[in-house]
Amino acid sequence: MEIKVKYFGSIAEETGKAEETISLQNGISEVQEFIAFIFKKYGLIDEGTVQVAVNQVIQTEGRIQYGDEVAFLPPYAGG
Amino acid sequence: MSMDSFERYSRQIQLSEIGIKGQQKLAQAKVLIVGVGGLGCSVAQHLVASGVGIIGLLDHDLVDISNLNRQILFTESDVGKEKVEAAKEALVKMNDQVQIHTYHEQLSFEIALDLFPGYDIIIDGTDNFQTKYLINDACVITNKTWVYASIYKYQGQLSIFNYENGPTYRCLYPKINSGNISCGEIGVLGVLPAILGTMQASEAIKIILQIGQVLSGKLFIIDLLTWQEQQITFSKIESQVKVAKSSNKLENRNNGSFKACSEVYLDIREMMDRSIDPDKKVLHIPMAQLDKRHIEIPRDVPVHVYCQSGSRSRKAIEQLSEKYGFQNLKNVNGGIQSISI
Repeated sequence: MEIKVKYFGSIAEETGKAEETISLQNGISEVQEFIAFIFKKYGLIDEGTVQVAVNQVIQTEGRIQYGDEVAFLPPYAGG
Repeated sequence: MSMDSFERYSRQIQLSEIGIKGQQKLAQAKVLIVGVGGLGCSVAQHLVASGVGIIGLLDHDLVDISNLNRQILFTESDVGKEKVEAAKEALVKMNDQVQIHTYHEQLSFEIALDLFPGYDIIIDGTDNFQTKYLINDACVITNKTWVYASIYKYQGQLSIFNYENGPTYRCLYPKINSGNISCGEIGVLGVLPAILGTMQASEAIKIILQIGQVLSGKLFIIDLLTWQEQQITFSKIESQVKVAKSSNKLENRNNGSFKACSEVYLDIREMMDRSIDPDKKVLHIPMAQLDKRHIEIPRDVPVHVYCQSGSRSRKAIEQLSEKYGFQNLKNVNGGIQSISI
């Protein structure tokens, strides 16, 4: 199952990329599981402040499926 | 409307959505800009040029040479001046029909609750998370719409919060981020805040004129390096609106003088130069150690938090409640002086 992932702000720096396509195996089917998978993959530290959108809608629960686009959106502070 | 004004604003009066009526609405509008940095300078100049009637500028900072790459209202001769005064000077030259009110101070909850009711729209030009949450909560309490933008290196975010009872900043980001990474630490492309600030001005004008689609319940993100952009939809979360509203009680304003009673006291001063009644149970955790030692603070009895004047303890309570979910903390408004000994 392929998922398109986009990273913004500091998360993009921590992952070293702005976007990628990830092929899912090992039975990940929930958004929460997918978030945990990405955090583990890149050793990201979750303070719970990074928001996640699935297909451009903020969503941290529910199922994830083929072709979904997941965006990791940390808050920005600068002004 | 005078002929001068008609002439001056003719290019926007020509737009069918604006017209003379719209221009009059702009002239009657009052907009408060919190933070006169990269975003604030950009918003201010466009609102002033467009003929918004009253503009408030709030900032406690002075102009620094490193501001000049992006804070376009300031010139080299402004370095060292109060930002609000330097900005006012520049803005008055652009349009002397606009009234500019300046507030050279740092936004606190009290100031927000005093100032916000006098304005129609609040614009966020701040550079730290604490103030963004403060603006959010004060806007919920005073029923004001606020125009949010934030920047990071080459990327910007934009949204409108609390618009016609719509979603708030806490609905988008419920958990406050403890780390502020400022432009000073990580750098920023000079034109980035100008672009986002101009978008904020555009949204403010649309809100005043009640035209078009307002970016409420949506987060716009743009990356100037890659042209990647997104519009993310999010919903109102009632529990988060409640959190914003309850920050009013947390602040415990106008509480009068504090009458000491049997609960626990938390002293967050760095140095205990004066103690309160030895019979009272006092816990001493300096402000800087709260993150490490919050576990020592009891949750089952009322805890009265104090410092010298009452303002740092208020911040400490905000942090502790926000980050660790404390619900039993009360601020000693007048600081240690107001605790009867």
